[in-house]
Amino acid sequence: MAVPVAFFAVFFAWPVAAIVARGLKADGRWRLGRIADVVGQSDIRHVLWFTTWQALASTALTLLVALPAAYVFARLDFPGKNVLRAVVTVPFVLPTVVVGTAFLALVGRGGLLDELWGVRLDTTVWAILLAHVFFNYAVVVRTVGGLWSQLDPRQEEAARMLGASPLGAWRKVTLPALAPAVAAAALMVFLFTFTSFGVVQILGGPTFSTLEVEIYRQTSEIFDLTTAAVLTIVQFVAVGAILVVHAWTVRRRESALRLVAPETTARRPRGAGQWALLGGVLATVAVLLVLPPAVLVRRSLDGGFGYYRALGDADGGTFLVAPIESVVNSLQYAVVATAVALVIGGLAAAALARRDAGRLVRGFDALLMLPLGVSAVTVGFGFLIALDKPPLDLRQSWILVPLAQALVGVPFVVRTMLPVLRAVDERLREAAAVLGASPWRVWREVDLPMVRRALLIAAGFAFAVSLGEFGATVFIARPDNPTLPVAVARLLSRPGDLNYGQAMALSTILMVVCAVALLVLERLRTDRTGEF
Amino acid sequence: MPLLELERATVRFGGRAVLDAVDLEVAEHEVVCVLGPSGSGKSTLLRVVAGLQPLDSGQVSLDGHDQARVPAHQRGVGLMFQDHQLFPQRDVGGNVAFGIRMRGEGKGQQAQRVSELLELVGLPGAARRAVAGLSGGEQQRVALARALAPRPRLLMLDEPLGQLDRSLRERLVVELRELFGRLGTTVLAVTHDQGEAFALADRVVVMRDGRIAQSGTPLDVWQRPADEFVARFLGFDNVVPATVEGSVAVTPWGKLPVARNAPQGQRTLLVRPAGVRLVAADAGLPCTVTARTFQGTHVTVHLQPQDGPRLAAACALREAPEAGDTVGVEFDAAETVVLD
Repeated sequence: MAVPVAFFAVFFAWPVAAIVARGLKADGRWRLGRIADVVGQSDIRHVLWFTTWQALASTALTLLVALPAAYVFARLDFPGKNVLRAVVTVPFVLPTVVVGTAFLALVGRGGLLDELWGVRLDTTVWAILLAHVFFNYAVVVRTVGGLWSQLDPRQEEAARMLGASPLGAWRKVTLPALAPAVAAAALMVFLFTFTSFGVVQILGGPTFSTLEVEIYRQTSEIFDLTTAAVLTIVQFVAVGAILVVHAWTVRRRESALRLVAPETTARRPRGAGQWALLGGVLATVAVLLVLPPAVLVRRSLDGGFGYYRALGDADGGTFLVAPIESVVNSLQYAVVATAVALVIGGLAAAALARRDAGRLVRGFDALLMLPLGVSAVTVGFGFLIALDKPPLDLRQSWILVPLAQALVGVPFVVRTMLPVLRAVDERLREAAAVLGASPWRVWREVDLPMVRRALLIAAGFAFAVSLGEFGATVFIARPDNPTLPVAVARLLSRPGDLNYGQAMALSTILMVVCAVALLVLERLRTDRTGEF
Repeated sequence: MPLLELERATVRFGGRAVLDAVDLEVAEHEVVCVLGPSGSGKSTLLRVVAGLQPLDSGQVSLDGHDQARVPAHQRGVGLMFQDHQLFPQRDVGGNVAFGIRMRGEGKGQQAQRVSELLELVGLPGAARRAVAGLSGGEQQRVALARALAPRPRLLMLDEPLGQLDRSLRERLVVELRELFGRLGTTVLAVTHDQGEAFALADRVVVMRDGRIAQSGTPLDVWQRPADEFVARFLGFDNVVPATVEGSVAVTPWGKLPVARNAPQGQRTLLVRPAGVRLVAADAGLPCTVTARTFQGTHVTVHLQPQDGPRLAAACALREAPEAGDTVGVEFDAAETVVLD
């Protein structure tokens, strides 16, 4: 317990404190009025307004598109369902940069739609909204569909026997049971889109800017660290509020529901309605989820492997090194970040799983989720201004990047490990103890064999997350050691077809690595009720 | 010196005493069964002895040594859990060998002891089977073998036969009794089933609300329940308040004969069903038959007197009246017990 707490104190609490001090303190005095000053500016107000409404719109759109899919995955049985489930999940672990580039390739200048019909959406908000749906589709399908597939259909049958119509039974029995999961998923999507960075950075152009993008712009382009700090505080408060509501809905979702094995609830589709629904979901998946990455791959291959070959050249313009070296950097960082996240997250999960865990420890659970919600930009910005001077000056150290990535990965590790650790029956441990196993032996003999898979899955998640991590890394990655997403963003910010094509190629590489990591996970995974 | 000794052992959960100053001794080779309804604290008693539940006050001693600072894995006692808690990722042999392995014995010894024990519990050659594929009775046997394997000085059983069906339970209880006799194992078992307790134990301890209500041989407890709670828990329903004067008890059912040396004054009276004799309607206490239930060897006749609480009478199938009949009831002093 002490290790995770210390880790979070140094690498999260302290940077956040540094941000607060930077934003609200001047000449040794607190200036709370600054919040009002900054928020009062009309362009900042515009950013706040845009951040909120695009998040609301994205959430609504995602629910609209993904809820039918949640039903299809929960209640219908059809060939290729497992493949489709994997296909649906891949986008969630795809780096935001890849998603942004893919949509750029689809709806942007010279994109597929531009070629076919002369339609460009990259300067409209639609590109952002669609990319958000692409990204968060899996959140809804997994959270809602996971629970839905475990609801006992006999509950509905019981309602039917008591005289309810099919729709009435669904409305009175299933919907109330699902509502908390829908609320939790919606809040998650809202949170992710509210703090969206990579997608907006790439697709938003100069017109559209969320809080995250604005924080980054203030820091790296305008060099107004004070305004950036104030904005971070505003975002921190907003996200904290969302997380509190989320924790509350999750607790309600854990209320006593009679759950059954998901295999027993799905049936072959019957009737035109169900077939039409299945067809609709398949079409949506094809257009919305499969098409953008496919277009990305095709664009990267324009003119053969030329763009890929160009990645190997250090042209001296964009980079100090050849872009391809960012692959090696990324992999190295990801390995270190995964190790750190596993140790920290594993220890935290073990402490949280103890039945006698007190309120304090459980509060720490919510705290662990903060870096996920509080957004990578906060983490990166905090590192930037907190860890650059004694007593801890890591500015020149390569470890800074993996540490930031690990911080973002830890919540995933905890979320994956915790349910499994909690599911280990305490009395199994007691049985081992009574048979003469010391606490350490109990862990090795009872816990480890049962959580080994979860540990692998957590490792895979942490790995994929740190590979794709952009928001934090972009603040702290050194110019001579860019990671894959940072390199993609830099290529995109340069004019010229070669840079553009190279960005597509590099994005494709990143996408393939992440997709492979996820597909390996999907094979390991048996429990589909988790949140991710 | 007793093998196990509890002195004023007390455990509180949120202010409520789950174990309330319990004193208990178990001698070597003795089989003691703790009997009580759920929530009476009997499982907590076992957990305290095993070292899984710390005491709030009092003391647990094994072989005369205070166990307060001895962790569970060093106490050298065995515990068979209520639902067995077999390790799901190990096969039968791996489960049985676990305790021996923890003591660091060699592979050869382990294998030999495992086959010995599986033989003992009637599952020879089952070492390679997966625990998931075992029936309830087989799981129970494996759990027993696992608990016996490290040769614990005290074996504790938590509802050992709780989840099994009736015929299997009756067979296994005999097997256990024989096995413990043969091995000379010291056993502390808890159960809510009186039949199980009486069949298994040298001594029965009845618990109520964290306290010991009665302790004695099965025969003692059966013949002379200590109080109304014990009597009702053992399944006796003919229990009424009574005023005893000499050899007569005044009860809501009228004046009943009792033994001459019975305790006097305000008491509680128990009449066993066998002591409720059915006679002609115009003799004795007039009652209406409300129901009759078939018990295999006899019929229990449920009677509603004109005044006073209901009565249960045991009678032979041939002589049992029909529901709705009116009968008379007389009481047999030999089957009547004045409690406390």
